[in-house]
Parts: sequence; structure tokens; C-alpha cells
Amino acid sequence: MEFPEDLKYSKEHEWVLVEGSVATVGITDYAQDQLGDIVFVELPAVGDKVSKEDAFGVVESVKAVSDIYAPVSGKVVEVNDDLPENPEMLNEDPYGDGWIIKIEMNDPEELQDLMTATEYEEYVAEEKE
Amino acid sequence: MNRTPLYATHQALGARFVDFGGWEMPLQYTSILDEHQAVRERAGLFDVSHMGEIELRGAHALAAAQELTVNDLSRLRDGQAQYSLLCLPTGGVVDDIIVHRLSSERVLLCVNASNADKDFAWIAEHHHGAEVINRSGEYALLALQGPRATAILTGLTPLPLPQVPAFAFAHGQVCGRAALVAHTGYTGEDGWEIYCAPDDACALWDGLLEAGRRFDIRPAGLGARDTLRLERALPLYGHELTDETTPLEAGLSWVVRFTKPSFIGRAALLQQRERGLTRRLVGLMMTQPGIPRQGYTVVHDGAVVGAVTSGTKSPTLGKAIGLGYVASTLGAVGTQLGIDIRGRVIGAEVVRLPFYKREC
Repeated sequence: MEFPEDLKYSKEHEWVLVEGSVATVGITDYAQDQLGDIVFVELPAVGDKVSKEDAFGVVESVKAVSDIYAPVSGKVVEVNDDLPENPEMLNEDPYGDGWIIKIEMNDPEELQDLMTATEYEEYVAEEKE
Repeated sequence: MNRTPLYATHQALGARFVDFGGWEMPLQYTSILDEHQAVRERAGLFDVSHMGEIELRGAHALAAAQELTVNDLSRLRDGQAQYSLLCLPTGGVVDDIIVHRLSSERVLLCVNASNADKDFAWIAEHHHGAEVINRSGEYALLALQGPRATAILTGLTPLPLPQVPAFAFAHGQVCGRAALVAHTGYTGEDGWEIYCAPDDACALWDGLLEAGRRFDIRPAGLGARDTLRLERALPLYGHELTDETTPLEAGLSWVVRFTKPSFIGRAALLQQRERGLTRRLVGLMMTQPGIPRQGYTVVHDGAVVGAVTSGTKSPTLGKAIGLGYVASTLGAVGTQLGIDIRGRVIGAEVVRLPFYKREC
């Protein structure tokens, strides 16, 4: 299970990569492992507004439907257009080709509420018990 | 939560578990898609020991089973089995079952895990002079399924498997352990269901996996079992079948033998057949992106006309498929319908069932 050091993590198992005012968002390795084979994604459109902790999209495994939650608020400036055709990228490369959206943040202060890699790893270990 | 005798074995294999009808069962070992494909192309081994077994015994066993079930047992000889249903007087389904005729005085019913207690109470209440015995605790059950299943089993048993046609069964040794070996399954592939003593389950499981290694067998969980049965359009209780759906609505009229003079539910089902169905189970295939799921409503011209009972993305076909009840007038193959997925109506088409059928 990977927990890259340069990312921040939400309790809903999304990761955030911050570059200036833009946050790239995906689901974590733990999340994709829990979901199993992902076969469908539903993404927002560029320009959509997202709010921290609100669902902005959906991933579906063979078995179940799960919401994806925004770790920060802002405007969607880019979506990973390859995902709808290749949802398995979320399983195969959750921190790379499986990125989901980029958000122009309204309030970078919200990043304070996210976890570091170490904190998230502990959080996952507790959830597993 | 109940556990089968193979729980520790599944743990050691790295299974992820799921609560199914009060049983902690393997959902998957590696991936539902991998396990699904293994069963379609090679072989898979399932622990389905959670299934219940109820025996009817005595001089009245056959007559009681005839009255309790909608299929016709008079068509069975010793060593033959049939798919059947327990129905309520209303025609609603208590459970779907496999009936095994062990002898003229012994009938073994294999029932769904989640219904086992309810079924036992129902059967005991309508015993018609037969002794009713809950044997669920006396059997473990392994399902060996896939095009290579017979080849794998052949090396492990002296039973003449070619002489055991589909829906027949035989008693004999498997891996040196006593077993009832039935040519049945729930995957749409050829395969066998092996009933054995709980104490023998681990030895049989290990023996089957070991012998299956050169056939590239995989342990398979309930996740793959569900996608496999759905592609073959085999109903699942709690989804396509409930006490409020009848066999006729579920497309199971072939199971209901009105030629039998009497069985529980006969009058109601006969009346429904004469009056015609108001709804029926259909196959749905999405024509737009989206996956149907149980409970989603089916719409037509802005009106709700039915509901999805099961759905997934078919691993074999690569298409989103589902089963659901719709108004009978909209059940014809080719009918364009919509499915309400998270508030948006997504296109779907009624298609012929099953979605998948193996080549014989």
C-alpha cells in the first residue's frame, strides 16, 4: 500500500497534490483496493463548482457505487478525460494516470484540514481494525 | 455471524469477506473480474457451504415435496435433481431451490442461506406427513465450475462422471472423502457441486485446488458468483425473486407444472396465467453510459414503469446489464426504456435473455 509523502489526504480517501492554487485530486491506493475492480466513473464538467466534503463524482466497482468527495472547495479547471474509457486506471495507477480532477482552490486554508501521509497511514490502519 | 468450515482457509488465501445472509463469506480473493474470467475460461472453486440443506424423509417424502414445490418430482428418478420453487398460496416465492431425489423415501432440498430458517419453518408447517430434518449443519458445499471442472474432478474420484448428466448426482469418494457429487451450478458454465461433511471440507478444498493447479483454477468468491449468474440471467432470491413476485412474472413458467393436480400456490398462479401478467422480468442493456443497480427505477415516456432488481457491468460482454421488472406491455425485445441513475434518465434497451450462454 503506497502513501506518497508529497500528497495530502482526506478522511474520505482522496489525495491532493498542491501546485500553486491548483489542487489535483484522486482516490488513494487504499480506496481503490477497497473498491475492487473499478468499471465506471462519472465526472464533473470543467467549470463546475465543488465544495469541500460534497460529492463531485462517482466511481463504480463491479459490485458497488461510491461517491467521490471534494477535499477542497473551488472550480474544476481540468478533468481526466481518459478515465471514462479506462476506469481501470484508478486501480492500476491511482496516484498517476488515475488522477481525477484539478480544482482551482477558493480557500487554500482548507488544506489545513487534510492529513499528511503519515497521519493518513495511521488513519487507514485504524479503519482496517 | 456464521462462518463456514473453510473460513481460516479463505483468510490464508487473502480473501476479502462480505456479510451474506448472516454469513461471513469470501467476496473475492484477488479480483472479481479475474475470478469471473477464470470460471468462464478455465475453472473456479467456490465455498458455498452457507447454503442450507433440508431433508424430507419417510413414506410421504415425495408426496410432501410435490405439494410444497411447483416443479414435478414425478419426472425424477433416484439420483436426479431439479430446479424448483417453494411458493406461498398467493403465488409469491418463498425460495428457489434444488430438489434432489435420494430415494423414494428421501428428498434433499438445497436452499438459499438467507432463507434456510424461514424455509425450514415453512416446510415443517406443511410437512404432509413427511419427517422434516434440517441438515444444514451436516454439509459443507463446494462448487467447482468452469469448462475444465470435469477434467479436474475426474482425477479425484472413481465416480463415472460422464454417466452423470446435468442435474443428476451420485454418491462417491472425492479425494478419498465421502461426498454427494451433483452436476449442477449457478454460473452458466459446466460444473459440479460437491456436498461433504464439514470436517472434510478443508481436505476437499485443498485437493481440488491442488489438482486444479495445472488447469489454472482460481478460488472464486461471491462477487464473481453474482456476476456469473447475472450474465446467465439466473435469478437471485431477494433480487429477482421475493414473496411478492411470482414465478410467472420472473420468467420461470417453465418450472411451474400445472399438470400437477395440486401444489401450494397453484390456484393463484393459474389465475394469474389466465388473467395475464401486468409486469414481467426483462433483460436490460444500457445504450448510454451508466450501470443499472438494484432499486433504480425504469422509466418510459416520463412515467415509472418498473425497477431494476440486479445490475452490473458484464465482465464477459463489457456492457452494462441488468434484470428488472417492467410493465408487460413494455417487455418486448428491442423496447427502448430509460433508467433513473442518480436523477438522470439514461437509455437502456430490452434484450433477449440470457445475456450470456455457453457454447455447448
